[in-house]
Amino acid sequence: MKRVLASFAVNAILIAGAALTALPLLWMVSASLMPTGEATSLPLRLLPSTVTFEHYRTLFTRLDLARDLANSLGIAVVVTVLALLVNSMAGYAFAKLRFPGRDRLFAALAAALVIPAQVAMLPLFLELKKLGLVNTYAGVVIPGMASVFGIFLVRQYALSIPDSLLDAARTDGAGELRIYRSLVLYLCAPILVTLAIFTFLGAWNDFLWPLIVLADDRLYTLPVALANLAGEHVQDTELMMAGAVVTILPVALLFVCLQRYYLAGITAGAVKE
Amino acid sequence: MELRRVPAGIWFVLPAVVLIGLFFVVPVAASLLLSLTDFDIYSIASLANLRLVGLMNYRRLLQDPRFATALWNTFYFVVVGGPLSIAVSLGAALLLSSRLVRWRGLLRTVLFLPVVTTLVAVAVVWRALYQPRYGMLNRLLAVIGVSPIDWLGDPRWAMPAIILLALWKNFGFNMIIFVAGLQSIPERLYEAARLDGASRWAELRFVTLPMLAPTFVFVTIITLIGYFQLFAEPYVMTQGGPADRTLSVVLLMYEEGFRWWNMGYAAAVAFVLFGIILTVTSVQLLVRRAEGLGGTSAGAGRSAAR
Repeated sequence: MKRVLASFAVNAILIAGAALTALPLLWMVSASLMPTGEATSLPLRLLPSTVTFEHYRTLFTRLDLARDLANSLGIAVVVTVLALLVNSMAGYAFAKLRFPGRDRLFAALAAALVIPAQVAMLPLFLELKKLGLVNTYAGVVIPGMASVFGIFLVRQYALSIPDSLLDAARTDGAGELRIYRSLVLYLCAPILVTLAIFTFLGAWNDFLWPLIVLADDRLYTLPVALANLAGEHVQDTELMMAGAVVTILPVALLFVCLQRYYLAGITAGAVKE
Repeated sequence: MELRRVPAGIWFVLPAVVLIGLFFVVPVAASLLLSLTDFDIYSIASLANLRLVGLMNYRRLLQDPRFATALWNTFYFVVVGGPLSIAVSLGAALLLSSRLVRWRGLLRTVLFLPVVTTLVAVAVVWRALYQPRYGMLNRLLAVIGVSPIDWLGDPRWAMPAIILLALWKNFGFNMIIFVAGLQSIPERLYEAARLDGASRWAELRFVTLPMLAPTFVFVTIITLIGYFQLFAEPYVMTQGGPADRTLSVVLLMYEEGFRWWNMGYAAAVAFVLFGIILTVTSVQLLVRRAEGLGGTSAGAGRSAAR
């Protein structure tokens, strides 16, 4: 009897908590489908009286959100592909290849983890301005490519590759690049999926840096465009909710489909400490 | 050195190291120099207008009431929001790890979902929820007889409103880390506790929490580092208002640096923030090292004996 009660209590609290957590997101979706004015009517409405897609139409026709969506997607995909390449090579080398100064270099990188990104931002902006990269996609992409966290993640995983396997490949006459391409990438595939999701989500959700670098509204990513819209259309709640849905939905779907890999990455990060 | 004699490993790490060096290490070093200059909008036009001013920016910081406000607000956010977020994460993790949970996978997904959402988008959503007249929060509170609160417009409530949003957005992350920490506690400790006739409460107090200590330190550090960097929430929801009550240190840095182009001054703001984060993190690590001297199990035993 006591066990039944405990089971009921635990499940009830968790379900209530999950419902409360989901509520803002559910309301966002619901309000985005309401006719104009309904989300700010009294009494409070939870569901639309009639479902309308007019706000999504407005976003994609009058407000050019498709362009911002394409910018966000393009930037996130390019950052992800390049980050995978750069970080996997470095992570693998720090784990398995011998070269002078390796461990000291790695320790130096690890120390850089405590420096908040904001410290670098002001000179980075001036540096990119000198290079002519301010107000370009490249200005958003390039600083996001190499990440100490990414290198850590891959290194940790690559440590478990047996040396005998690599040596066997070398004995067979395979070059280091060939070994990396056809053996290491294959063996590290799970952690690379994790890294890909992390990088994609990070690039997609990033706000401060694109806000600083991109001045031209044709280059805006979704978060920057949305923050801009939120300033102009404060009253237009349903429209803003539709904009929020367009921004959140891609990453939410990505997470739900690949959450196993994503959550594995978080705990791998925690274990390294 | 001849090129073909260079070890392969160096070629492999070269792109990452060059990128990190060029776009992180160099800017960080430059930032320190920048904070010693009077770099402003005229210096962007021509570096001839740039002067070294020593520690003047830092001295100015000490007298700037807006910096004091930003510092106070940021500490408020960290000191109230951080522990709150960790407590909720821990509670959720303990519940989620219970053997009695029915739909564990689904519940975990839902509880975690806010973490992956775009902050700007959820800030827009929460701004609507906080709307004093029509917003859902006040409508719900009205049911239990609470009179409407102007969440984002009232200087007393603006920061609590931002803390609540941050709590909702972030607790799932630490929850997952705590769940992993809980899974790594050996089952035999619980068996031993039960043999000794320990109650559920005693198990939590003398086995679970002490064994979770390393996870706890890790979670505390990453939460503090993240919370000190408060920016997008006030930027989107309040622009730092009302009356600067949600102005954070990073928001001040952004305004000084990228709105008014007082980059020298903004760099000093960034370095003070870095100094604070570094100090707080080191203190945490030192405390952990001091506690960890006797090894984990001894640490657990000591806590149990207390």
